[in-house]
Amino acid sequence: MVEIKTAEELNKKYLREGMWPTIFCNGCGIGVVLEYTLWAIEELGWDMDKVVFASGIGCSSRLPGYINADGLHTTHGRAIAFATGIKAANPDLNVVIFTGDGDCSGIGGNHFIHAARRNIDLTVIMVNNFVYGMTGGQSSPTAPIGSVATTAPYGNIEHPFDICGIAKALGANYVARWPVSHPYQPIKSVKEGLQKKGFSLLEFLAPCPTAYGRRNKLGDIKKLWKWYDDNTILIEDYEKTMNYGNEKEKEEIKNKIQIGVFQDIEKSGFFEEYEKLMMMLQEKKTTGEKK
Amino acid sequence: MIEVKDDWCKGCNICIERCPVNALEESDRLNKKGIRPPQLKKNNECNDCRLCELLCPDLAISVISDKEVKKEDKKILLRPVGGTIK
Ligand SMILES: Cc1ncc(C[n+]2csc(CCOP(=O)(O)OP(=O)(O)O)c2C)c(N)n1
Ligand code: SF4
Ligand code: SF4
Ligand code: SF4
Repeated sequence: MVEIKTAEELNKKYLREGMWPTIFCNGCGIGVVLEYTLWAIEELGWDMDKVVFASGIGCSSRLPGYINADGLHTTHGRAIAFATGIKAANPDLNVVIFTGDGDCSGIGGNHFIHAARRNIDLTVIMVNNFVYGMTGGQSSPTAPIGSVATTAPYGNIEHPFDICGIAKALGANYVARWPVSHPYQPIKSVKEGLQKKGFSLLEFLAPCPTAYGRRNKLGDIKKLWKWYDDNTILIEDYEKTMNYGNEKEKEEIKNKIQIGVFQDIEKSGFFEEYEKLMMMLQEKKTTGEKK
Repeated sequence: MIEVKDDWCKGCNICIERCPVNALEESDRLNKKGIRPPQLKKNNECNDCRLCELLCPDLAISVISDKEVKKEDKKILLRPVGGTIK
């Protein structure tokens, strides 16, 4: 196997280069999520004939179209349901889902909840840009309180959906959130998520300059990207400060978005249990026949 | 050395802004869209950290390390995500 060292070589191996450059706006973070995923797959040395990408509808859901692998661009919010079908039909495949915050936590919320609850062996990579980017900037279920959208011109008054929190509560095997603005931890984390048996969720906080940044006056691309550095905090640091910090320190980080790995457990997944059940029933049948 | 796929670059300048040693600048070249892709500055400070390559949203940059050219070690000014604790 040739060792891949540069983006150029990565592109040659994994992209449908004819489809590039992408449709994403200048400064959009979605492309970075793809890049981190591809580096993670490369580091794992996965055979791309055994990987299937599925997605719903939205800017982020266009990602499978740029990768030179089998992909399923499905209907809005339903990628996880289709992916469950792929996995059921051929458990040997590694199924990776690219989805947006609207796609995954809005219209597809229930599919997400039940796939996580059943601990189905999928890797969901949710690109959270706080907005429905593709349709011009409607407020999404993950939008921060006070954020402005076409459907929230005076600021959002709804409490945002903590998608990692719910996945953790449902007992998903791997749950992590990262901003796209620093590469190393996310790539390692995607690797862990991909390898994990059972349900993995990787939430990426990705800037959307066009439909979110501009409307929320977060400045140019440079400032918008910096917003993610200034408004996120590693879960370990957050807990330390909350436990041992003084009031001022606590106040400073109180509203920051926590990032890091929130859950990393080994619970048996749906298909493992299904496999066991089938074995048990078959054994019963054969021993029953002998008698 | 860095190699830029000019026509994939959208000109976000994230590579330029985030390079820890400020080694990049806009070039004089124009690509198909009328955008100036990045280039290394004349006094090349690049330490091959590959951050620009990993952050480019359009996978337009490749960092090719010149192994022959020996460079003194430079401290990378990367800050861990989420800030530092005192
Ligand atoms: C059933 C259905 N309802 C609504 C739409 C319109 N629609 C297309 S994309 C989208 C939102 C996508 O938002 P998100 O998943 O956050 O992705 P982003 O574009 O922000 O990456 C909506 C509502 C649709 N395509 N299908
Ligand atoms: S609208 Fe937003 S999410 Fe969609 S491509 Fe543009 S910047 Fe990215
Ligand atoms: S990060 Fe990539 S797209 Fe942005 S200016 Fe640099 S080379 Fe161009
Ligand atoms: S490899 Fe590192 S030092 Fe060199 S130009 Fe890119 S970001 Fe700057």
